[in-house]
Amino acid sequence: MVGKDCVAIACDLRLGSQSLGVSNNFEKVFQYGHVFMGLTGLASDVLTVHENFRMKTNLYKMREEREIEPESMANLVSTSLYEKRFGPWFVGPIVAGINSKSGKPFVCAFDFIGCIDYAKDFVVSGTAADQLYGMCEGLYEPNLEPEDLFETISQALLNAADRDALSGWGAVVYVITKDKVTKRYLKSRQD
Amino acid sequence: MDIILGIRVKDSVIVATSKAFTRGISILKDNDDKTRTLNQFNLLAFTGDSGDTTQFAEYIQANIQLFSMRENTEMDSKSIASYIRQQLASSLRSRKPYQVQIMLGGLNKGIEPFLTIIDYLGTRTDLPYCAHGYAAFYTMSLLDHHYKENMSLEDGLRILKLCHEELDKRMPVDFKGLNVKVIDKDGVRDVEF
Repeated sequence: MVGKDCVAIACDLRLGSQSLGVSNNFEKVFQYGHVFMGLTGLASDVLTVHENFRMKTNLYKMREEREIEPESMANLVSTSLYEKRFGPWFVGPIVAGINSKSGKPFVCAFDFIGCIDYAKDFVVSGTAADQLYGMCEGLYEPNLEPEDLFETISQALLNAADRDALSGWGAVVYVITKDKVTKRYLKSRQD
Repeated sequence: MDIILGIRVKDSVIVATSKAFTRGISILKDNDDKTRTLNQFNLLAFTGDSGDTTQFAEYIQANIQLFSMRENTEMDSKSIASYIRQQLASSLRSRKPYQVQIMLGGLNKGIEPFLTIIDYLGTRTDLPYCAHGYAAFYTMSLLDHHYKENMSLEDGLRILKLCHEELDKRMPVDFKGLNVKVIDKDGVRDVEF
């Protein structure tokens, strides 16, 4: 979600196999330098894709002698997913971050073969995507300050997850400004 | 219908596996051991397609022993877990994936108790207690209720007893009891249960 000179990215903590909840501390948002990526979908591929991008962004950092920017990350994610067009990773990534040079907030989402969906306000992904669209359309307003953005994204996530049997079991929210990242764990319904 | 259960307690890990070896409608053996010891502090428990299971477990076991001979260091639990996950995840996209569910119990670096489950897809999670297959449906609620952080081995075994009773009562076929192993600072050992 985009705010005024800030972005926020959040995920729930559930890992399940169908209806059985397996873990309540499975984080789906990962940090690569100052860029953040959330991954939903097949848990095995979430882990594999994360490990892959950790490697790619580390190599990028060594070659370029700087951290990757969100815009470049979006293109890297897109090409990496399309590389596996006929044997895809079953993930629904979203990328969020602030461009360290221009200071512009950036969010985008992808389908599992890498089609980029740029957005100026918010992007969603996962089993509760429909519910999240509803919550975000209702709660979002442009140019929110970091604290208000935190409240908005948290309420959107929490209430969307409560309408989805496969989501919830705790949540994590990152609020990213140009010079600070805050990570908060949310307590949520455990059913 | 195989059972694998794991409980991580204060300074050790308990791993329990069912003793029945089943093929089709027959129980062929009542003293099967569904575990392999990887090194001093790590124990691998497995179920799945018979054939795949032992093949995969012994492949992992051999590679971990090979690593320690080559590098002259023992692999710690987290590295082993990453290695197994990587093997299963790449096997998943091969012509014939290993159909194996894994539970790894051990002492990370010989100190910190560590328990993880990995399924055939390569989904890995590190947990305080876990179970594979149908056993999970019957035991997770008991473990959710009774488990406490930093509990003693004795208390852990007491919960395991409750799980055993519940499984005995609810499972449709006899699983011939549980093989119970404990990994602590002295290594892997069998426990009378």
